[in-house]
Amino acid sequence: MKGVIKPVRFMLVCTCLLILLILVMQPLQILYFREKIAVLFPKGLIAFEERNLLFFIQILMLLVVIPVYILTFIFSWIYRADNPKGRYDPDLVDNVLAEVIWWGLPLFLTIIIGVVTWVKTHQLDPYKPIPSSRAEKTIQVVALQWKWLFIYPEEKIATLNFVQFPKDTPIHFEITADAPMNSFWIPHLGGQIYAMPNMRTQLHLIADTEGDFRGSSANLSGEGFAGMTFVTRSSSDEDYQKWIDKAKQATKKLDLASYDELAKPSQNNPVEIFQLADATLFEQIVNKYMHPHSH
Amino acid sequence: MSKSLTIHHQDTLEDHPDTRSPDTHQDPFAKTVFGFWLYLMTDCLLFATLFCTFAVLHNSTYGGPSARILFHLPTVFGETMILLFSSFICGCSMLYALRNAKTKVMLCLIVTFLLGVSFLFIELSEFTDIVQGGHSWQDSAFLSSYFTLVGTHGLHITFGMLWIAVMIAQIYRLGVTTNTFRRLAVLNMFWHFLDVVWIFIFTFVYLMGVI
Amino acid sequence: MFGRLTQEAFVHEDSQNMAVLSMLLGGIMLMALLFYLKRWRWLWEEWITTVDHKKIGIMYIVVVLIMFMKGFGDAIMMRIQQLFSVGDSHGFLSAGHFQEVFSAHGTTMIFFVGMGVVFGLMNLIIPLQIGARDVAFPFLNAVSFWLFTAAAMLTLVSLAMGKFSTAGWLAYAPLSSLKYSPDEGVDYWIWTVQIAGVGSTLGGINFLATILKMRCPGMQLMKMPIFVWSSLCALVLILLAFPILTATLFMLTLDRYLDMHFFTVDGGGNYMMYVNLIWAWGHPEVYILILPIFGIFSEVVPTFSEKRLFGYVSMVWALIIIAFLSFIVWLHHFFTMGASPNINAFFAITTMLIAIPTGVKIFNWLFTKFRGRVLFTSPMLWFFAFLLNFTVAGMTGILLSAPPVDFQVHNSLFLIAHFHGMVIGGVLFGFFAGFTYWFPKFTGFMLDEKLNRYAFWCWMAGFLLAFMPLYMLGFMGATRRLDHYAAETGWHPLFAIAAFGAFIILCGASIQLFGLFWSIKHRKKLWDHTGGNPWNGRTLEWSIPSPPPIYNFALIPVVDQIDPVWAQRDQRQDLSERKYEDIYLPKNTATGFYIGLWSLIFGIAMVWYMWWLAIISFIAILVLMIMRLSGDDPHDKITATQVQADELAHRRGFQI
Repeated sequence: MKGVIKPVRFMLVCTCLLILLILVMQPLQILYFREKIAVLFPKGLIAFEERNLLFFIQILMLLVVIPVYILTFIFSWIYRADNPKGRYDPDLVDNVLAEVIWWGLPLFLTIIIGVVTWVKTHQLDPYKPIPSSRAEKTIQVVALQWKWLFIYPEEKIATLNFVQFPKDTPIHFEITADAPMNSFWIPHLGGQIYAMPNMRTQLHLIADTEGDFRGSSANLSGEGFAGMTFVTRSSSDEDYQKWIDKAKQATKKLDLASYDELAKPSQNNPVEIFQLADATLFEQIVNKYMHPHSH
Repeated sequence: MSKSLTIHHQDTLEDHPDTRSPDTHQDPFAKTVFGFWLYLMTDCLLFATLFCTFAVLHNSTYGGPSARILFHLPTVFGETMILLFSSFICGCSMLYALRNAKTKVMLCLIVTFLLGVSFLFIELSEFTDIVQGGHSWQDSAFLSSYFTLVGTHGLHITFGMLWIAVMIAQIYRLGVTTNTFRRLAVLNMFWHFLDVVWIFIFTFVYLMGVI
Repeated sequence: MFGRLTQEAFVHEDSQNMAVLSMLLGGIMLMALLFYLKRWRWLWEEWITTVDHKKIGIMYIVVVLIMFMKGFGDAIMMRIQQLFSVGDSHGFLSAGHFQEVFSAHGTTMIFFVGMGVVFGLMNLIIPLQIGARDVAFPFLNAVSFWLFTAAAMLTLVSLAMGKFSTAGWLAYAPLSSLKYSPDEGVDYWIWTVQIAGVGSTLGGINFLATILKMRCPGMQLMKMPIFVWSSLCALVLILLAFPILTATLFMLTLDRYLDMHFFTVDGGGNYMMYVNLIWAWGHPEVYILILPIFGIFSEVVPTFSEKRLFGYVSMVWALIIIAFLSFIVWLHHFFTMGASPNINAFFAITTMLIAIPTGVKIFNWLFTKFRGRVLFTSPMLWFFAFLLNFTVAGMTGILLSAPPVDFQVHNSLFLIAHFHGMVIGGVLFGFFAGFTYWFPKFTGFMLDEKLNRYAFWCWMAGFLLAFMPLYMLGFMGATRRLDHYAAETGWHPLFAIAAFGAFIILCGASIQLFGLFWSIKHRKKLWDHTGGNPWNGRTLEWSIPSPPPIYNFALIPVVDQIDPVWAQRDQRQDLSERKYEDIYLPKNTATGFYIGLWSLIFGIAMVWYMWWLAIISFIAILVLMIMRLSGDDPHDKITATQVQADELAHRRGFQI
């Protein structure tokens, strides 16, 4: 027959090498980038738990993937057409035991992964408060075009593209948007949740070290979407208090009028700090489109 | 199956090869009817999506009026009776076609058409009343989904009527032949289907809206 | 008179102007070639007006190849942009243009490459494998094809006139609502997808009726080739899912054209409903793309293992279960939209369940090779590439199906790497395998094997280099669809590797395109001299000449088992004993082409608010339909003696 590849060995070896190259690249990347790989090097409990679930599922899946790879290579080698040692059995078209194994074993694995996933999904529900000895702090978040507004209802300040809080403190984010659907994501600290107009989503995160972490929008929301990054700073209690005190002296005030100005489309906004002049601002933003005459 | 039905859709198998298909042992009537059932299934799902959306949005009145205020049940009942009766008359056209009664077929189709006209007339007046009362489809999600769901059904009725008109012309020109019989059968399926969708609209939009 | 079309719609950035120019030049050159070779008449009579499923299938593949070049061009542009747009540099594309590029890339690849492959192969193969002479509704088949092509042309028109959508390939609301996307981009997207969707729905009806009503005598459902089974399952998905798309796009259209409030931010609209509806279509859609590909492999692997498919019944049930489950997993596309943990976990479990029958199929293919005689022709190379890449991509799918993990990788490049592993590793490699496998059947000659192998290596290495770094990028917080990023993120080296991989893929695709023309040029050398079965295939399409006569089968076959050609290998029938019949074939018609043309005009008119033109084209389509459906279905006749003569000539030519 035309076109039979004679050097099957060449093909198998080269493919093997390619796969090995990719495999070797992974630990090299991890070593090279280290802490920048936020999902694998978490800085908060939620991200840590999410990563552990990732590892758990990955390891169980390898129990299926590795045998598939091994069989692929072995069968391709042993049963190649010009190998006299490969037994040829053209009537072998069915085997009940084999079917039971490869329907049953994956089902069994799926049940295990499924049960663990069910439990973890409930434990890591973004709406669930994080148990801690320290009091929870609420920060309200508004996704705008194309920047992030943070409102501190207790401290009566607001910030643009910057959020700071003390470490080891559970943070309760209340999130909405006055823009198309965005997604609020700080990968070092935990998973994301959508920021949507007319809606109020919640996310509970906690940082266990001090540091600056990158936050961004993870859902396309228009032209300036790529610039919607913000700095998340986790600091000591003293540093946080110092920052709050300074922020309360901010010259700019944020009320409904200045908010309407701020909400107009703009890109790559620098960090700004405001005094919060209207304590109900967040509620007003959430309800902005709910009634015919509310905007 | 009656003798006439056999003649009309299986008129040829051995003596006169059926040239509608490269394989003369195929049955084009059954194939077309089956294909049209499949089409109706897709149309059903289209309406199902609109129904689902209505279910989600029917309370989003955005400060405007709700179903209870807007809908007038006696009118809707009238529309339902018209449509049911038209379905019956349309079915009669099939019975006459089986007997090759060309004139009676056309008569039934004309009556169905006129009933369709009355249905659309009532529906359009209903819509006009609502819009002139200051509540258009641009005002709220509820009104958008109401006008779209009922309006889509009305659009289907309009297409059905266009089809009836074309069939009247065909029957007039050609009489009841294998082709026109097949097309009549499929038209009947469509018209009855629209009637069934209307029953759902009547129940879930109007009755449940007003209760 | 021109609606909202102004001169500004024709002003573009340089890169786009170049693309439009090359498109126009290419079109002009093609037309000049046709004039020079005096082939206009041939093109019109043999191809544009055809209702023959084989020619329609070939035309689908031609459109697929053209649209693949466009979609791949978009991909190269994205890779280059993300290679250079870091820190102070902003690459060569503006943010808006970049967003147009990825929206067009996704739309083109899913609707015009993916669906084109599915319908192209179904057209070519299904009637042959079930022993039929044509599809159930040949004219409707032509209409489906021309609607598909009209929609593809509308995308190309958007290159020259105005802008395409910047809202992604699914145009989520409220970004796609008038408030945030007031210009013509989303409208182009809506009409492209809507027209293509209608074509797909009609095609779905056609092929489902074909499979269920036109199988040859003796071919019960459990004796059908697996490609037909996989197509059957995909067709059920098409019929149930595409109406959802039609209705959802209809509602988005009403929002944008009549100021309604289905998915708007104000007026009580619910844009989360859009997300649910679009994915209720979207998830079955990806299974529509992959199920026929599974069917291709179920044809290729047994042929080149010289052994029947292992576990036929198991494979059929796996297909059915996958098709059924694909309807109850859609929420996994938006775990992050804030549903309760019970709901998220339910959909997580259903998603994980789909992996089981998929794994079953992989094992069955592997054990078809077990104790077989495996011949590494290029279709088998593509299968090999599929095994390695699709398995890993499927594994990452299970990772994504766990909501807490998904929260960290949703909408990141990790997701992009996953689904490209499925569509490239799965759909595309499967298409390449099927294309190479069935090419000789429809042309009479083979594709050059050596060039195929070079292409395989380029794709294999290129795909790994282009997409493996994306998994790590996802872990580093790299979101999808970014036209620019800061240098401190550290992403740049990985984007460089990915760009290099894309370049290698470009080499591979170029070799394939070159190989196609090379094989055509050297076809005498590559001619199939076996009388229609160069690969020693097992199913009915290999029992007829290559290329097949227009009526496919001179005599409708009668089968009594799976793999009928292998079963009949040792039986020789005396030709003079066969009783031939007259064959009636539907006449060619230009109506399908005209319906497609007027649909294109309708789309353009609706995008630019040219209401008079929209009404005219809509009426034109109606008139064409009514004229066709009032006519008599004219047929051509091929007499029994002619058929017998053709058959004897063919057999004599190959001394069988």
